[in-house]
Parts: sequence; structure tokens; C-alpha cells
Amino acid sequence: MISNLLRVHDLRVSFATEAGIAHVLDRVDFTIAKGEIVGLVGESGCGKTTLARTILGVLPENSARIDSGVVEFEGENLLDKPSEELSDKIRGRAITFIPQDPFSSFNPVFTIGTQIMELMKWKSPARDDPYYANSASRFWNGYPSTRYEADKGRVLELLREVQLPEPEAILAKYPHEVSGGQRQRLMIAMALLPEPKMIIADEPTTALDVTIQAQILHLLRTLARERDVAVLFTTHDLGTTYEICDRVTVMYAGQEMETAPSDGFFNTPSHPYTRDLLQSLPSREHGIKGIPGDIPALISPPGGCRFHPRCTAASERCSVERPDHTQISERHNVRCFHPVAHKSVGAAS
Amino acid sequence: MTTETQDTATENTAKEDTVLSIAGLRKYFPVRNAWKRRIGWLKAVDDISLEVRRGEVLGIVGESGCGKSTLGKTLMGIHPPSGGQIVFEGNDITNMKPGASRGLRSSLQYSYQDPGASLDPRWKIGRSLHEPLEIHTQLSREERDKRVRSILKSVGLPEGHLDHYPHEISGGQQRRVGLARILTLHPSVIILDEPTSGLDVSVQATILNLFSDLRQEFNLTYLFISHDLSVVRMICDRIAVMYLGKIVEIGDTETVFSNPRHPYTQSLLAAVPIIGGRRVTDNFWLQGEPPNPGDLPSGCRFRTRCPNVRPECADKEPELRSDWEGQEVACPYAE
Repeated sequence: MISNLLRVHDLRVSFATEAGIAHVLDRVDFTIAKGEIVGLVGESGCGKTTLARTILGVLPENSARIDSGVVEFEGENLLDKPSEELSDKIRGRAITFIPQDPFSSFNPVFTIGTQIMELMKWKSPARDDPYYANSASRFWNGYPSTRYEADKGRVLELLREVQLPEPEAILAKYPHEVSGGQRQRLMIAMALLPEPKMIIADEPTTALDVTIQAQILHLLRTLARERDVAVLFTTHDLGTTYEICDRVTVMYAGQEMETAPSDGFFNTPSHPYTRDLLQSLPSREHGIKGIPGDIPALISPPGGCRFHPRCTAASERCSVERPDHTQISERHNVRCFHPVAHKSVGAAS
Repeated sequence: MTTETQDTATENTAKEDTVLSIAGLRKYFPVRNAWKRRIGWLKAVDDISLEVRRGEVLGIVGESGCGKSTLGKTLMGIHPPSGGQIVFEGNDITNMKPGASRGLRSSLQYSYQDPGASLDPRWKIGRSLHEPLEIHTQLSREERDKRVRSILKSVGLPEGHLDHYPHEISGGQQRRVGLARILTLHPSVIILDEPTSGLDVSVQATILNLFSDLRQEFNLTYLFISHDLSVVRMICDRIAVMYLGKIVEIGDTETVFSNPRHPYTQSLLAAVPIIGGRRVTDNFWLQGEPPNPGDLPSGCRFRTRCPNVRPECADKEPELRSDWEGQEVACPYAE
């Protein structure tokens, strides 16, 4: 039994919009083990970013509402924690974040060094020293010079590890002076600096060219493996998922459909949606097949399994009831009443 | 007798074959300092020659900043070329006056990267579709309406969409409207600039199928500009690979994909993840990032990242060599 680092169970999140209440996440179950790289894939608007933001506790306060569910991180429910504790211990420390667009995440008027050291001032792993337990010194916003020097050494060391040339020179530069690939390397370094247990990477390579993407994916995977850090990797690109993920969860319109180890996901997809999604990829051999129909509006989603209006295997039951998990093989779960049959699966399990 | 007629037939097609030919096309943008003094040139398109055959799909691929979109826009006359010649259906269209180029617009069309942004948000779809016909043809209102409805049907949209505003329809449908708008004038060549970027894979699949269907129905030639190599492989007959304003390799799609000869093409193809294949990240060898296009290295532009670089590469810019069947490569050491 692999112990879970993160367990999301029965999570429902809705947003208030002008047109009505959008049910963005519907009873989502999701787990990540320690040191595991999990891909969360799905088309735009399927709720993968909302799930990532719920875990981080950064949903917009005035429009989003968590209707039910738990988000357990190391056995503790994050949804019950006060926000001070979340920002002090969890967000940016135990769980860090790599954004999609590294350029808009930097402040253009400060040097990169200033911004990284600002991060280290609050989120450095060395911050837990007894000095900060003293509540009087917490009011003093200073940065003790001994810790500053030690942290700076740590920063330079990590910048070298993400293969940035001349780390000292980079720290003195402004964000616009470095290239997109280098900015994403900086983001990876900043996500690793607090020595987290888990990194949430939100489409970290969509803004990059393929040759740079291959370098960044390689870097992210090596560094996460070395440090035994779990990665939640959200993307809509199935190719990059195949590249780095141990396990894949596919989402559609706010419901998770199938969770499988990478090989099982790509070779023996069991959910009709997964199968159709894989067949939509351009390929010279089997041509190209789309999925007829459109993604449903989340304000009035179809009942039961939300994929049933576009599904070829749908029956009446699918429109009333949300299927529970069916185990196909070890760690391969599908939420479908009519999973796709594969000959090899029966033999393997 | 039969062989003779066949021969003349092939000769005729060979003559009519080329619908668009480009010779030595250049587009340089000035690089200016804070005082607006020109301190150099950004060579977005530098000495590109190629021929587009009638009825083919020519893919132009490359990473961002390689000049592929500038090439498309220069062909359309959106950017005036800095040098070279563009011949479209036998007429020289380089530096055409705006009035004269208006007639040309109906047969050479450009499809923008984001069709949602190129539709007027305050116009209903119907009005947007009527506009090109009002400008370019003398058709009566009824005739225009008939043509618009038939085109709408061929791009797979219901007639009810004529009364919708652009924001009321999805991204995939907006792309269909953008295509319909182009097709109302029955063009012969369409330049598609990143036609599937920003679409989800399931929608992308239906749009790609639509491109193939429309091509047969309207006898179209596509210039398919894209950075997505799997899409290009799927849809294009020939591809041209660009790196920093130059074509480094051009040839039949299958030949180039199965046997890339330029080191840049090799690394570009190696970087594309293939599901079920080997994992790219396990042994990806291309290091570094493209140099600043305003300050190019001397000689071969790829030499700063090339794994097979030799000292001679810095001296002379390599020319395209056509030593192989259906493939041209701009590297003197390619095998």
C-alpha cells in the first residue's frame, strides 16, 4: 500500500457567475503518492486549474465556494486550516507552484535577484529557526544577515543545478533581459528553493518551443526525482504527459474520468472519453477522429456522467447516476458503467 | 499516341503547376535604439525562394521567432518586402499598389491566427460573411445570401448562427466562421497562420478534417504555417523548415520526417513527444536557445547550437543543396 501525500475526496467547487452558478468541480477524487509525478489532463474548462487552485487554497474568495469534500495533505485537511497557517506552513513551502507564463509572474521593475531573495526571506527552509518562534521578532520584518548569506549560497547552487549560465549575472538582471526558457528555469529553481514536498506545475511548457520544452521537462523530472518531490502536472498536451508522468488522471467538464499508470493510460484506455481523446491526436496511421459535439456549459451540466451526451457507449443509466470507481487493474480506476474492453487487460490482471 | 498526349498533359501541368513562386524574398525590420537611430536589421525573412504547386499543402514549420508568420504576411502584402520577387498565378505581385492588389485579394487569402479577434464583436456573423462579397463582387443581396448560406453549410455550421454574435459561439466555431468568410470569394490559395493553435485536441481534429474536405470541395492550395509538427505531418504534402529567417530544409513530408538531414530538423523532430515511442526527455541532445534574431552569428545561423559544428561553418552561409530526391538541405555536411 502506497501512502498518499495528497488525497482529494468528493470535492465539489462552484463559482458564482453572471449567468448563474457554474458547477466547476463535481465530486472529484484524486491522490498523489510521495515523490510521484502525476499528470492531470483535460481540455480547457475541464476544471484542472480549479483543482490545482483549491489545493493551494487560492480560489477567488468572492466568487468561488467549496460545497463539499476534503483536501488532505499528509493526513491533515487543508480546507479546515486557518489562512495564516496555510500561508505560513503550506503554500509556497510544503507545496509550491510553477505558473504557465513565467513572464507575468515576475515583477518587471525589480531585478530577479531581489525577487528571489524576497521569496527566500519568507519561504526559505531555514526560516523555522527558533529566532522566528519569538513573536516579537516576527514583527520586525528584517532579514538576518547570516541567514541571507546562507540563503544566497543556496540560491546560487540551485541556479547552477537548473543549468543557468553565470548565476550571479542572472540575479542582477531584470526579467525582460532573460529568455523564456531561462525564465522557466528560474521558476523551477524558485519552486524547489523552499524544499517542498509537492510542486504544482500548471502547464509549465505551453509557452515554450518544442526544443526548449524537451530541455525543461527533462530538468523538471530529474530534479523532482533527485529530491523525491511529488509533482502535480496539469496540461492539455498528451505528449508532454507521456514524457514525464508516472500516473495520469483525465478530467472532463469537472469530473475525473479515469486514473491509470502512464503505460495503461496510453495503451489500454478504459474510459470512452480517454479513448476518443487519444484518437483525436493527429497520426499518419489511423488518420484523425474528432469527438462530435461540444463541451457542456458548466452552469447547466448534463446529469450523471457529464460525458454521456457525446459518448458512443452511453446508456440511460449514465444520464442519471455518476458512475463510481471500477478497478481495471492495480491502480487503474475508471468511472464508467461501460468501460472499453481490452483483451490484454484481462490477461495482465 | 496515348503516351504523346500524356506527355503533353504532364508538360502542361508542369507549367501550370506552380501557383505561387517566391524568389530571394527578404523582409528586414530596422532595430532602433532609444533615440530612434537604426542600429541594425532584424532579418525576419532572409533570401527565401520556394515554389508552391497547385493543389498541394505546403507546411512551413519552425519555432517562434523564425519568421514563418512574417513570410505569410509578406506574401499577402501586409508587410512590404525589402527585396525579392513574388509571382502569383503568373503575375508579379511584389510591391503592388493597394488599388491593384484589391483584385488579387479574392484569390489569395490569409487566415489569421485568432479568428475570434478578427471578427467584429458588434457584427452578427451574417454581416461579417456578407462583407467580403459586398466589397469584391457585384452580386445582389439575394445572390449573396444564397452564397453565404451554401458556404456556411460546407464549413459545418447551422444557418441559425447567422444571427449570432461572435462571443456567442465557441472557439472552434469562430474558426469555422473565419474560414467561411475567406471561402465566400472562392480563393485559389489560402495562407493558414497557426490554424489550430489554442484549440483543444478534439476540436482540432474536427477542424483538420474540415481543412481536408474543403480542399477537395473548392480545389484549394494551402500554405500551412504551424509549429505543431504532428499536425503538419498529418496534413501537409511538403514541408519547409525555417530557422531564424532561412529555410534550412525543404522536401516531401514523409521524406523529411523519416530521414531528416539538417541537424536542426533532426533535433526539432527529436523534440516532439511521440506517444508510445521512446521518451524524448531521456536523451535529448540539443543544448542552448536560439540566438537573438537582431544579432545573428556569422555563416550558418545554427552553428551556435549545432552538434556537428566545424570551424568552416562560421565563414559562409550554406545554400540549399538538392542532392537528394524530393529534399533540399542547407548544410554542406548533411548526408
